[in-house]
Amino acid sequence: MISVDKELCSGCGVCPDVCSYGAISLVGDTAQVDLDKCTLCGTCAENCPADAITIEREETGSAAELDQWRGVWVFAEFRNGEYAPVVFELLGKGRELADALGEELCAVAIGSGSRDQAEVLGNAGADRVLVADSPELEGFSEDVWARILSRLASEQKPEVILAGATSMGRAFLPQVATMLETGLTADCTQLEIRAEDRALLQTRPAFGGNLLATIVCPNHRPQMATVRPNVFRAPSMDFEDSGNSGRQIEIDEIELSPEDLKSGVRVVERKVEDLQGPDLANSQVIVTAGRGIGSEDNLKALEQLANCLEGAVGATRAITDAGWISHHHQIGQTGATVAPKLYLGFGVSGAIQHLVGMQGSEIIVAVNKDPDAPIFDVATYGIVGDVHEILQLLLQRICKGAGQTGG
Amino acid sequence: MNIIVCIKQVPDAASVKWDREKGTLIRDGVKSVINPFDYNAIEAALQVRDELGGTVTAVTMGPPQAEEAIREAISLGVDQGVVVSDRAFAGADTLATTYTLSKAIEKLGGADLVFCGKQAIDGDTAQVGPGLSVRLGIPCVTCIGDMEVLEGGKGLRVKRMNEFGYDLVEVEFPALFTTIASLNTPRVPSLKGKMRAKKAKIPVWTAEDIGADPDRIGLKGSPTQVASTYIPTFEARKEMLEGSPEEQVEALVERLKGAGIL
Ligand SMILES: Cc1cc2nc3c(=O)[nH]c(=O)nc-3n(C[C@H](O)[C@H](O)[C@H](O)COP(=O)(O)OP(=O)(O)OC[C@H]3O[C@@H](n4cnc5c(N)ncnc54)[C@H](O)[C@@H]3O)c2cc1C
Ligand SMILES: Nc1ncnc2c1ncn2[C@@H]1O[C@H](COP(=O)(O)O)[C@@H](O)[C@H]1O
Repeated sequence: MISVDKELCSGCGVCPDVCSYGAISLVGDTAQVDLDKCTLCGTCAENCPADAITIEREETGSAAELDQWRGVWVFAEFRNGEYAPVVFELLGKGRELADALGEELCAVAIGSGSRDQAEVLGNAGADRVLVADSPELEGFSEDVWARILSRLASEQKPEVILAGATSMGRAFLPQVATMLETGLTADCTQLEIRAEDRALLQTRPAFGGNLLATIVCPNHRPQMATVRPNVFRAPSMDFEDSGNSGRQIEIDEIELSPEDLKSGVRVVERKVEDLQGPDLANSQVIVTAGRGIGSEDNLKALEQLANCLEGAVGATRAITDAGWISHHHQIGQTGATVAPKLYLGFGVSGAIQHLVGMQGSEIIVAVNKDPDAPIFDVATYGIVGDVHEILQLLLQRICKGAGQTGG
Repeated sequence: MNIIVCIKQVPDAASVKWDREKGTLIRDGVKSVINPFDYNAIEAALQVRDELGGTVTAVTMGPPQAEEAIREAISLGVDQGVVVSDRAFAGADTLATTYTLSKAIEKLGGADLVFCGKQAIDGDTAQVGPGLSVRLGIPCVTCIGDMEVLEGGKGLRVKRMNEFGYDLVEVEFPALFTTIASLNTPRVPSLKGKMRAKKAKIPVWTAEDIGADPDRIGLKGSPTQVASTYIPTFEARKEMLEGSPEEQVEALVERLKGAGIL
């Protein structure tokens, strides 16, 4: 239940402003909550300068029961004959979490052919790999994957399960969480262990990226989270560098019964399309078009620049909504998350929904005519100027320069 | 054929803006709208009904005002709707939400086919559809970009969209599907539909009405809790490049060379 302490409430008016559900108003000098509208999201309590708002919940779950759950699991998505890049990013983060907990890191692979390549998961930091491999696990079916992962989790009791927020992860992880009757936090951007109680602190954007919320799952296990590709960096896969050379890993193959493999979802055809244009996720350089480029025609110059830098073209939602370029190119909250070595933004204002998708880039260059554009707050190098002028100069300078050095 | 479509009323993104400097929301009165992806779910449900017959029922869990969403769905051609509303539902995370929705669907006599939107734009979780399918004990296919009814009306053949393209999959009823924007073009309300929506009686079911276990709903039934919220800050690392455009570009090229990129 939510309650407002009338003594503490100063009537400052912050809470009605922060409530996105319009559930709080000031009556006289105190805040009043309309319980029909309140979703108990907690934003008001968090923002109240007087700590006058409290949300109380009853505690459930016994500490002893929770204590039986140990170790960190990473779902090792295996698709089209290889492990998805996000698996290695998660193993890197999973290693940190497992070390903080003093527990083992285990990768769980499901899919036909996943056994043959299981060793690479050890190189990326896993202590142990659980593999479910069978020719029948060729096409992905949500129910089979969910049944296998939830069965393993209820038998072996990991305290944390991480998975990529890919089309596959998003499709079946919610089923696993429901089967295990536990919480699942989608699209986390930060994960951390709180030392005093071993809680997994799961931070994700809320309210369209305007706010970050840290979510916990105190009374249920496992604590489950999905993470989008490119949010965390993969550890070095070089044996020598990673300190993983000669590491012994354990590979446990899981026996599967016909019951395990029964599915209501029949994959009759798999189509891998040649997505046009270079792949945003794997490019080291991304040249991004914002509304400030003015017109669709001006994309050509950006493409030219991207080409000579061997990079890809990205876009803000303003550009994809206008139909100037396909949605595959969109970066941000509702598009891709990218973390290239170099991000160049032309005529991008730097709306928060865009920033959350590119803030992990190593070097951020922004060109905008408005010196107060928020993109400059995150830019490594900012240029206040006209997009077209700067772009032309850069093309002359860089494309020529690249030619001279043979790069 | 019992077809259920789950819809959610969400704050209209366009009416809520965040003032980063003050750290508060700027509101132009919070308007509520039907979650955009749910229009595609409604359209899909209507198409299957028009082909195979049956009834489409729209279900929403939310505050009493969510009745507006149900009326709008009826104006689009949905046969009937129900609002599942109780203060005890407040604070539900996706686990409590799927429990509540499944109890309501049970009371409706179960479902042969359920459509949900891919995700709700307020929470952005995309978890309710797949979670609900487990509660109902039926298969689920997410993010469908195309669909056709299987021979004999036994199920659906759908394109399940993914990062690489799509999988063509066949599923027999009963089943649940989540819809994306490219699946269809939602119809607009007809005059007759608007009249029907105006007159429709929309039942409101409480936790008791659907026989929900009080421990499994709302805040109490939600394993996840918000520990804190904050406004994102970004590492300040700006260096503004000064001078004429030529000088700015020169300075940039130098720095990129220094970083080993050029
Ligand atoms: C729920 C939600 C999700 C969203 N998801 C995303 C997302 O995933 N990705 C995304 O990008 N957006 C997203 N948005 C939209 C986002 O809020 C912004 O509207 C969008 O990013 C703005 O794009 P822009 O920077 O290209 O355009 P604008 O904001 O219009 O900025 C254009 C900029 O160009 C500059 N400019 C104009 N002319 C010139 C010139 N000649 N030379 C130099 N500079 C010039 C202007 O000063 C301005 O700063 C989302 C919004 C919501 C509500
Ligand atoms: N409270 C609710 N009432 C009815 N349907 C819902 C509710 N919450 C979510 N849904 C459905 O589940 C989909 C995904 O929502 P979410 O998992 O919250 O992103 C939505 O598009 C709706 O179809």
